Amino acid sequence: MRDAVADRAQGPMRMTLLYFAWVRERIGRASETLEVPERLLTVADLVDWLRKRGPEYEAAFQRPDLVRAAIDQQHVKPDAGIAGAREVAFFPPVTGG
Amino acid sequence: MAVRVEMQDFDVGREIATLTTGRTDIGAIVTFTGTVRGQAKGRAIVSMTLEHYPGMTEAELARVEAEARARWPLDASLIVHRYGELKPGDNIVLVVTASRHRQAAFEAAEYLMDYLKSRAPFWKKETTADGEGQWVDAREADETALARWDEKPGT
Repeated sequence: MRDAVADRAQGPMRMTLLYFAWVRERIGRASETLEVPERLLTVADLVDWLRKRGPEYEAAFQRPDLVRAAIDQQHVKPDAGIAGAREVAFFPPVTGG
Repeated sequence: MAVRVEMQDFDVGREIATLTTGRTDIGAIVTFTGTVRGQAKGRAIVSMTLEHYPGMTEAELARVEAEARARWPLDASLIVHRYGELKPGDNIVLVVTASRHRQAAFEAAEYLMDYLKSRAPFWKKETTADGEGQWVDAREADETALARWDEKPGT
């Protein structure tokens, strides 16, 4: 459950980002913990911010429509809010089964 | 009433026995087993590696299973999904559904497969004989398969 007070915390948000499959390969790591500026409101904002971090991120997110996201292990859409998120994951459309 | 995500192989007969031993209320058991194909787009595959998101995978499978149980009168159900490196012919996934009558068991098994294919966070990478690895693309047909369940009433 999200803590409503934490959602309004001041300053950068500390969150763990996880990458899977070719998103992981292009970025070159499976996870990292980052201080994310609080002005970023949605998953789409986070993707735009990550893309500016370097060519490996640009390569991973050059087609944002091909990258899916989960917040705290639940599938979300790009317009989902990230305030209070502890773990945000990015991955290609799933191909199990 | 269980989901498992593991590297090791499963034995379909043993899984059915575990699920149904001592049960006399069950009249129908359906199983689906997904296996690794040796060919992809006309090229021979030497191995398939399944990556997953530990934690979320189990949670999604449990959510999908709970939805199936809310929709059909199931007396028992099981989802087993493997990860790691697999060879052509190897088992990937097992779905077992049991009910008093076959229709619920058949439909619930199909529903579970359709939903886990679109929601469970697994990714397949196929390796060909030349050592080249290729991530498998999601199929549009899988999304189409999902849509048909929207038309049916719940419970």
